[in-house]
Amino acid sequence: MKQFVSFIKKEFLHILRDPRTLMILMAMPLVQLIIFGYAITTEINNSPMAVLDENKGVESLALIEQFSKSTYFNLVSTPNNIAETEEAFQRGQIKLALIITPSFGNDFLNGNIPQVQVLCDATEPNEANTVSKYAQQIIMQYQTRVHNNIEMPFMIHTNIRMLYNPQLKGAYNFVPGIMGLILMLICAMMTSISIVREKEQGTMEVLLVSPIKPIFIIFSKAIPYFVIALADVIGILLLSYFLLDVPIVGSIVSILFLSILFIISALALGMLISSVTSSQQAAMLISGVGLMLPTMMLSGLIFPIENMPLPLQVISNIIPAKWFIIAIKDVMIKGLPLFAIWEECLILAAMSIVLLTASLKRFKNRL
Amino acid sequence: MNAISVRKIAKTYAGKPPILALKDISFDVKKGELFGLIGPDGSGKTSLFRILTTVLLADAGTAQVEGLDVVKDFKKIRTMVGYMPGKFSLYQDLSVEENLTFFANVFNTSIEENYHLIKDIYVQIAPFKDRKAGKLSGGMKQKLALCCALIHKPKVLFLDEPTTGVDPVSRSEFWEMLKKLKPEGITILVSTPYMDEAVLCDRIAMMQEGKILSIDTPQLIVAQYDKPLYAIKASNNYLLLQTLRQDPLVDSCYMFGEFLHLRPKGDIALLMKGLNASCSQIEPSIEDCFIELMKLS
Repeated sequence: MKQFVSFIKKEFLHILRDPRTLMILMAMPLVQLIIFGYAITTEINNSPMAVLDENKGVESLALIEQFSKSTYFNLVSTPNNIAETEEAFQRGQIKLALIITPSFGNDFLNGNIPQVQVLCDATEPNEANTVSKYAQQIIMQYQTRVHNNIEMPFMIHTNIRMLYNPQLKGAYNFVPGIMGLILMLICAMMTSISIVREKEQGTMEVLLVSPIKPIFIIFSKAIPYFVIALADVIGILLLSYFLLDVPIVGSIVSILFLSILFIISALALGMLISSVTSSQQAAMLISGVGLMLPTMMLSGLIFPIENMPLPLQVISNIIPAKWFIIAIKDVMIKGLPLFAIWEECLILAAMSIVLLTASLKRFKNRL
Repeated sequence: MNAISVRKIAKTYAGKPPILALKDISFDVKKGELFGLIGPDGSGKTSLFRILTTVLLADAGTAQVEGLDVVKDFKKIRTMVGYMPGKFSLYQDLSVEENLTFFANVFNTSIEENYHLIKDIYVQIAPFKDRKAGKLSGGMKQKLALCCALIHKPKVLFLDEPTTGVDPVSRSEFWEMLKKLKPEGITILVSTPYMDEAVLCDRIAMMQEGKILSIDTPQLIVAQYDKPLYAIKASNNYLLLQTLRQDPLVDSCYMFGEFLHLRPKGDIALLMKGLNASCSQIEPSIEDCFIELMKLS
């Protein structure tokens, strides 16, 4: 036991003697959270738009007013003909153009179907999709307002309510995602590097010729990073609750339990990486490229897993972060109790056990 | 019982072409002996150390340390030997004291418990005990590494080239320390590429290209060199060497510091006639013996 305690103390000293790395480890999650929270946002506001009003009547002005009131759009130009509209698109001045036909007002009064055209810049398909939906919404609102006085023969009124995330905030999605990404990075990369460093510097040779058990060598490397990762979890939760207004509906105990489970699986992955590499660079590459990329792409953080081709969906099952992100969303945002995510917990636990056993088995007792 | 006994150990590293590191090595080291492995770089010393300290497996042959097999009983051996690899292998970002405490704890002991063993060495580095190991001079590093290898009172101490890259003063200090360990009864196996250090060992094994050329006390190895040897010096040694190597009367001739060492086939006076060089008979050194043995093998 004295061996083990002294070993852990040594690992903490290594980390404290390298304050730059420690600062990166502590600051990185917070910086990433702020960048994702404020700079990279999938919500679209104040899209520049143009209106080509060929009707110039009371009705068309009312429709334009409805648009300019909305926070989604910013009316930046009023071209006189279709050519000028296209020019505005080409210069990138606008994302959307609304064209109101000359007969718009008359059609209203005569009972014909009034027509408007919405043009979108689809060089960015997702954005075009979103702004066109916003435009449709606004036109619908206008229509209901106009028809308020008139009785329609029949009309279905749809009530839409966005559950768990009524404002459709991106933060609800990326906070769990960032947690998964950061914890994976810190635990797997740092653990593997610190074990491989002993091999590279030749200290592993001395440690091998000593009574210390391999399991102690490996575990003592993991414990300091376990502590750091846990501190990061708490930092991320505090920041997202107070700064990004992400509610923590579920119990803190469940969230921490789940995080600990995930941290252990990531540490185990780091140990396995260290047992198959012999240089710090290789360890960094494998955990950096070989781990970060799949975690980012296949965990559901950026792309929804349901939309992937089947082979990728199958591969995504072996990514620990996928299960963590699913489960943490359930607990944190939907407020489900721990037993509702027993499946994910079981998978993470099983992954940890398999990885730990493999890395202990693979640990070379000799050079 | 011998402290170390090696029987027909062989080791080849895979590669293209495969590298032969050790070939049929056999020798014994008695308890409490200071045994030296002398040989140039690449002669297989480090491979032999690694096999004996159980971190490397030999292709063939057996070896025992304190009567324990290096393959079967490797766990027991690892608790009772001290090992100082050729490359400086302490934690550079930890202080002198932290390194020593750590290695004491790894062996389930403490600095206080075996302080008497390292006292003479530690007092020299004690003024720097708060300095990071990476910031020590080469000689200091080796002294610290020796302390760390000694702190658990090992039965056998393995020192792989402890004086390589160390200044001459620190080198002789280091050997003084090894001598002082004799009364403790610790068996020491030490390797070095410096021939002048060989005479400081009780017995030596001369190694070359994975083979042992000769095993004996340094005195007996020198005594076996039974032919006369001369040191020659001229204004242009290089030119002289070229000339002498052509001469059929010369058995062997080679550079040795600022002199040429020469072993004639016949009369030296005959050979030196007409050469503008000073010449005197000398006692052969270990290095002369090594060069001679290399030629024979």
